[in-house]
Amino acid sequence: MDSLTQKIRELASSILKEGTVDMVMGFAEGTLPMTSKPYMARTPEQADKFIWDSSCTMNLANYITGRKEKIGVIAKGCDSRNIVNHIVENKISRDQLYIIGVPCSGMTDKNRPDHLRDNCLTCTHKNPVIYDVLAAELIEEQKIEAPFADVKAIEAMEPNAKWSYFQDLLKNCIRCYACRNACPLCYCPKCFVDESGPQWVGKGQNETDIQTFHFLRAFHCAGRCTDCGACESACPMDIHVRAFTRKLNKDALDLFGWEAGLDMTKRPPLDTFNPDDPDDFIK
Amino acid sequence: MANLFEHMGMEKERLQFSWISSAEAGKFVNVATEVANSVEALGPIDKFVKKID
Repeated sequence: MDSLTQKIRELASSILKEGTVDMVMGFAEGTLPMTSKPYMARTPEQADKFIWDSSCTMNLANYITGRKEKIGVIAKGCDSRNIVNHIVENKISRDQLYIIGVPCSGMTDKNRPDHLRDNCLTCTHKNPVIYDVLAAELIEEQKIEAPFADVKAIEAMEPNAKWSYFQDLLKNCIRCYACRNACPLCYCPKCFVDESGPQWVGKGQNETDIQTFHFLRAFHCAGRCTDCGACESACPMDIHVRAFTRKLNKDALDLFGWEAGLDMTKRPPLDTFNPDDPDDFIK
Repeated sequence: MANLFEHMGMEKERLQFSWISSAEAGKFVNVATEVANSVEALGPIDKFVKKID
């Protein structure tokens, strides 16, 4: 067993023993080799199930939404940013959380276990932004020359080429909503796609309905997405769903100088008004 | 939203924003004409249109 897994188990079991928290959220071994699943330990013995490896792709902030207990949560860089989002959006209070920060060197692509995921390659927040205790030393953040090269490549296309790119991107979508369910931002009690009165969007495999789902789901993440990649890791059809949210992240950075989930004291840009907000789109 | 719309391949003229007071009849006419003309120049839309057979 590697030292990080050992350390996480020790920290988790000690806070459970001391009664600091009612449960600890982390990862346990999945049902298939090289996979992991979210796991909630309520006793110090259960803490021995925790693992830490490069398959811990899911975002644990997804599971703390609206919980009432005191929770210990194991957080890599992106999880910690989503925890900040949750605190800012009043989905959980900081006092309820005991965050075990894990500096993350990237998670692997589920289809290419010798490669890092795309979003990990461009990640500039490997270290957790908030934590109560660290399971390992902080690591050096990487500097990315052109963080949004992929978005710029699409931006440079003609409108029709863009449209065919997205048509092609979504052609395999089976609307299982795994991307939505894995996403820590998607916590609405009732999602617009599940609503039946009014029915905002058709529920079948119609191409336009699929496009509408992806377009609107992405837009709900504007200024909130941390590019944690849980959506893509969860997708059984290997759809590059981040193609949408990446554009929104780039806009949030360009227009508002904003990266989500870095500061608990700041309101997200789409949630506040500032007289300096860009307004050249209004005639 | 307009940016994501454009990113997906919709022509940007199809989604326009304006702020017009009820006292600005002239501005309303101008903007409406401009929008109508720019959309007319693009022709009928074939993207994001649900076809029901």
